[in-house]
Amino acid sequence: MKILRDWIDKQKPKLEKGGKFHMFKSGFGAVETFLFVPNHTTRQGSHIRDYVDLKRTMTIVIVALLPALLFGMYNTGYQHYMATGQMVSFWPVFFFGFKRILPIIIVSYVVGLGIEIAAAQIRGHQVNEGYLVTGMLIPLIMPVTTPLWMIAVSVAFSVIFAKEVFGGTGMNIWNPALVARAFLFFAYPSQMSGDSVWVSLGSKTVVDGFSGATPLSQAATAALKPMAEVASNHGISYSLMDMFAGFIPGSIGETSKIAILIGAAILLLTRIGNWKIMFSTILGGLFMGFILNLIAANSYMTVPAWQHLIMGGFLFGAVFMVTDPVSGAQTSTGKWIYGFLVGLFGIMIRVVNPAYPEGMMLSILIMNMFAPLIDYYVVQSNIRRRLKRALVKS
Amino acid sequence: MGEKEGIFSKKNLKLLTNPLSNANPITVLVLGICSALAVTAQLKPAVVMSLSVTIVTAFSNLIISFIRNTIPNRIRIIVQLVVVAALVILVDQVLKAFVYDVSKQLSVFVGLIITNCILMGRLEAFALGNKPWPSFLDGIGNGAGYGLVLVTIAFFRELFGSGSLWGYKIIPQEWYIANGGWYSNNGMMILPPMALIIVGVIIWIQRSKKPELIED
Repeated sequence: MKILRDWIDKQKPKLEKGGKFHMFKSGFGAVETFLFVPNHTTRQGSHIRDYVDLKRTMTIVIVALLPALLFGMYNTGYQHYMATGQMVSFWPVFFFGFKRILPIIIVSYVVGLGIEIAAAQIRGHQVNEGYLVTGMLIPLIMPVTTPLWMIAVSVAFSVIFAKEVFGGTGMNIWNPALVARAFLFFAYPSQMSGDSVWVSLGSKTVVDGFSGATPLSQAATAALKPMAEVASNHGISYSLMDMFAGFIPGSIGETSKIAILIGAAILLLTRIGNWKIMFSTILGGLFMGFILNLIAANSYMTVPAWQHLIMGGFLFGAVFMVTDPVSGAQTSTGKWIYGFLVGLFGIMIRVVNPAYPEGMMLSILIMNMFAPLIDYYVVQSNIRRRLKRALVKS
Repeated sequence: MGEKEGIFSKKNLKLLTNPLSNANPITVLVLGICSALAVTAQLKPAVVMSLSVTIVTAFSNLIISFIRNTIPNRIRIIVQLVVVAALVILVDQVLKAFVYDVSKQLSVFVGLIITNCILMGRLEAFALGNKPWPSFLDGIGNGAGYGLVLVTIAFFRELFGSGSLWGYKIIPQEWYIANGGWYSNNGMMILPPMALIIVGVIIWIQRSKKPELIED
């Protein structure tokens, strides 16, 4: 480590203004602070110093995402061999998924970090760590068959228009990962929805009886039929255990609820993720589920409220997306309202609007926009309350 | 305006060229955004729309400027509307007669030229206070500035959204996924939000080239 430290210190003068490598300053700084805890001191005002800076926070989120990622790799292979009717042992299955997913991750990081570093250099800022997590979230919420160039386009769009335009990490209104997904969803709908995009087949053909439909699309299709004709469990052919463990088609990281719950535990134990938001999101989802159960106009609406939690990306969104500290609500009461409404709208869009099979993405994006408004009214009502108290006493 | 000015004096030429860049109706004055989003999914309707707006702006500016001293101030908006509406109906009928398919595509948006903010803006801000010839030039200039932005937006939207330009296929057919290729048209480009984002990008580029245009 000492050698590395010395080498970095020796390179530093070359990166200052007028130095040979000035154009790489931002990128170099990023690598340096990644390797060592930075020794920057604040110039003005008092700041709390803590070893848990933005970079450590982001690293912990990455660790929390690993179970979902690893399971996603396994499931990609599992779905592939299921669809083509082969039986293979654990490692080839995992390795198949690994080969499919690794390029997506690489593309996401190369494009995203490239733009981030270029933007930081133009502005003369340090490179922010914000993309570290976004770059991992983006592959996890994509179908595994998405062409790499589409991922590159959507990443570029989201980093430029959802992040850099607003001023970079910490200033974005929307969650950049979800903007990337929303862009893909609207720009290339045939690659993002339907029954054939969730399972990577390669050049092989599908065995009879395999559909590749997600539980969400099965439930949505069944809802179009009269209630009496719908097969058991609301037209969903997967067992509850499979949906919980994740052996179903779906976006890469969203399928296994077990892996997501492990990630949630890591986030909550380290207090990186906020339990109020996670809890209230699930509460909101359950609440909407109960209301729909009461209406029960078609078979989709009769899906038990709790079963919505193990379908689609609801839980992934509730754990990793809603808790984004930048785009979410900041005040304590605001977090309850924000999370509750995300869950509520997520289930509502999913069930009521057949054009959008998964509502979580749109629901989080729309609530991202309302988060500052919620915060504003929470703060205002607090001011009013305290003002009233002060006036009564005097 | 000076008494002995040439028809194409420097001042008059400026009326033509300024709206193309520094006083562009869309990117600087932020007028006429609505129609810029609505008709730019393809190049052809965008060009026809720009021409129509240019003609209507120029001639309504001219007519209003001729009668500017006789219009009672309190009913000037009504008078402006009558002139504009008459011109728009003329343009609409001409389009229907000669380019029926495009006129179908533009549907209500030709009629909605009446409510185009650029028209009212230029009539109020320029034609009511200037002589006919400069007013006419101002109308042409603003129509052209509007058209320039429209055509730029439509170029990108049609190229990436439909893979064609002016209706001709530009992207080779064998590139498409349906034909065994890898390419796919960007459906987002067809949607109006993308037009707004492109306008944003144009404004962004223009402002960073000319920092004096940045307003706080």
